[in-house]
Amino acid sequence: MLSMVNFILHTWFFSGVSFAFYFILHTCLYAEHKMNIVECRDVKKVYHQGHLAVTALDGITLAIEQGGFVALAGPSGSGKTTLLNIIGGLDRADEGSVTLDGNALGEMSEAMLAELRLRKVGFVFQSFNLIPVLSAVENVEFGMLLQGVPAAERRQRAWAMLDDVGLAGLYHRRPSELSGGQQQRVAVARAIVSDPAIVLADEPTANLDSATGKGLLELMLRMNETKKATFIFSTHDKMVMDFARRLVMLRDGKVVEDTRK
Amino acid sequence: MDCKLAWRNIWRNPRRSILTMAAVAFATTLLVFMLSWQFGSYATMINASVRIRTGHLQVQAAGYHENREIRKVVREPQAVAAILERTPGIRAYTFRAESFSLVSSKNRTYGALVAGIDPQREPAVSTIRELVRDGSFLARGDTAEAVVGHLLAKNFRAGVGDELVVLGQGRDGSIAATTVRIKGIFNSGQDEFDRGVIYLPLAWFQEVYGMQGAVNSVVAVCDSLDVVPAAKSHIQKALAGMSGLTVLDWQELTPGLVQAIKMDLISGMLFYVILIVVVAFSIMNTFLMAIFERTREFGVMMAMGTRPGRLMRILVMESLGMTLIGVLAGIVAGSLVTWYFQVNGLVISGAEEMMRQFGLPERMYPQLSLLSIGVGAGIVLLLTCLTALYSAFRVRRLKPVQALTAV
Ligand SMILES: Nc1ncnc2c1ncn2[C@@H]1O[C@H](COP(=O)(O)OP(=O)(O)OP(=O)(O)O)[C@@H](O)[C@H]1O
Ligand SMILES: [Mg+2]
Repeated sequence: MLSMVNFILHTWFFSGVSFAFYFILHTCLYAEHKMNIVECRDVKKVYHQGHLAVTALDGITLAIEQGGFVALAGPSGSGKTTLLNIIGGLDRADEGSVTLDGNALGEMSEAMLAELRLRKVGFVFQSFNLIPVLSAVENVEFGMLLQGVPAAERRQRAWAMLDDVGLAGLYHRRPSELSGGQQQRVAVARAIVSDPAIVLADEPTANLDSATGKGLLELMLRMNETKKATFIFSTHDKMVMDFARRLVMLRDGKVVEDTRK
Repeated sequence: MDCKLAWRNIWRNPRRSILTMAAVAFATTLLVFMLSWQFGSYATMINASVRIRTGHLQVQAAGYHENREIRKVVREPQAVAAILERTPGIRAYTFRAESFSLVSSKNRTYGALVAGIDPQREPAVSTIRELVRDGSFLARGDTAEAVVGHLLAKNFRAGVGDELVVLGQGRDGSIAATTVRIKGIFNSGQDEFDRGVIYLPLAWFQEVYGMQGAVNSVVAVCDSLDVVPAAKSHIQKALAGMSGLTVLDWQELTPGLVQAIKMDLISGMLFYVILIVVVAFSIMNTFLMAIFERTREFGVMMAMGTRPGRLMRILVMESLGMTLIGVLAGIVAGSLVTWYFQVNGLVISGAEEMMRQFGLPERMYPQLSLLSIGVGAGIVLLLTCLTALYSAFRVRRLKPVQALTAV
């Protein structure tokens, strides 16, 4: 039993180390030319439900530049969530290719995708973002823990991050003791604290009232500017779209409009 | 952190977790107590059988145990006695000679086992002297006197002081006949014994049955059950020089007892298996529920880059934590309960009569031992661990998107 645990630990540790090297190497190689952080080429995704085939993405070609603040908009069922999941390495495209910070996602194993998400991607979901049994600061620390950041540094960065998103003093609250807006702020803090290449937010404001939602967007925009983090978020909301510096409209799994402001 | 997560997850639904732990604790308590009870009752049964009849060890002529013929004798009891004196762990020994004979009172005749016993040595080996209710036990120098079971006395309508005629076959095949006076009446509670046995002083028996100083068995008790095997092999080696003699231990002398114990162990095991399967399934149910209702949370954790293996580890820690708490509580509770009864004894009301039939005392005492605790707790722990692993194993196949869209 113990040897098995050891074995698993070692495998985990060494794969972690090798992945880290892999990503460092990648970053060095690609640092020279300013590149697109995300490149989708002719991405297709079809869901099969019994005999029914639902085409969620129907040939998406899209490039997102480093430091962008991009909104994905479109009616319900247009494929926003599916696209975000594929870009973030949570799901796989059936056809086409996706690269994230130079990594071709289609060629990566599940384990490599998990490692990629850990080091390169921050997620903010519509709701139920946080681990309920962990306090705000522990939630923010969790990703760094997985990355192996030492405890003291972890805690210090998490506190600073929470201060930054306006939650000073609420470090030890459990998610259930925070308002919806505060929870989303913790989620943003968590997504951004380990300097990911990209933050993907699927309808982050959908469960918030418009004033709180606006506050969250202002926070995200500030993070985009100060931390140079790239944001892609999906939304139905006109107000949210107005915040974006680039608006990509989807319909029936296709890009129908792509406007930069 | 994994530990902290697991620990907090245990207490996130305190009612359910406590119920689960209580189920584990209950099963452990029950198992520890039942096993202690079984082991205790075996010790009592063995003791009862050993102390009333067989002793721990007997030296006999080869073949006497299988076919109890009076002519199969230990010719030189004193030589065997000398060996026993030298054997470590032997507490006491005595000589016995036996013959199945006809016994008559004025107008009734019954068959009975007539046994010659040494009035001085016998009380150190068996409980017979304390079982005498009427009159008194045989004493040194007694001749034509007898101690009989109370049912036999009742059948004869005879009391202390009445005469019985004993008619049997002696060692050499000749007729053995004597008249004895009832000196005492014993009551062992075992009907068969009380109805069928009559004791004479060994010297008188030897004279009447023409034993020429020989006996049928030399019966020994040891300091404890544990030393029996060592004493047995010691005696065995020493007997090698004396042809035709063999040493038997209590297991060989009462094969029925060993069998009864085995049967009881098996039926006990059956009960335990059923108990544990029931508990395991109810625990599995909670474990699976706990995993199922948190699927979305696992989705978030996986999106953040947590590997399924790590999730599993946290889940296993969580369910093992619960199980361990339960098992520990069960060990404590089980030990306390068992210890209480070990001190105070337990009377199974209504079963007194039956217990007496088997020569068992009314009050039984469980015997708490590392074995009963270890086996009880071990079985529960093993099964709940398997359940925990099985439940946790289910997240291995979980895909992040699936998990995130689960409700
Ligand atoms: N797991 C699935 N199985 C089957 N069909 C699915 C699945 N997930 C999504 N779909 C379908 O794929 C299409 C795109 O779904 P998606 O969730 O990406 O849309 P969306 O733009 O995010 O919609 P909404 O605004 O409602 O969140 C929809 O028609 C949906 O029914
Ligand atoms: Mg969606």
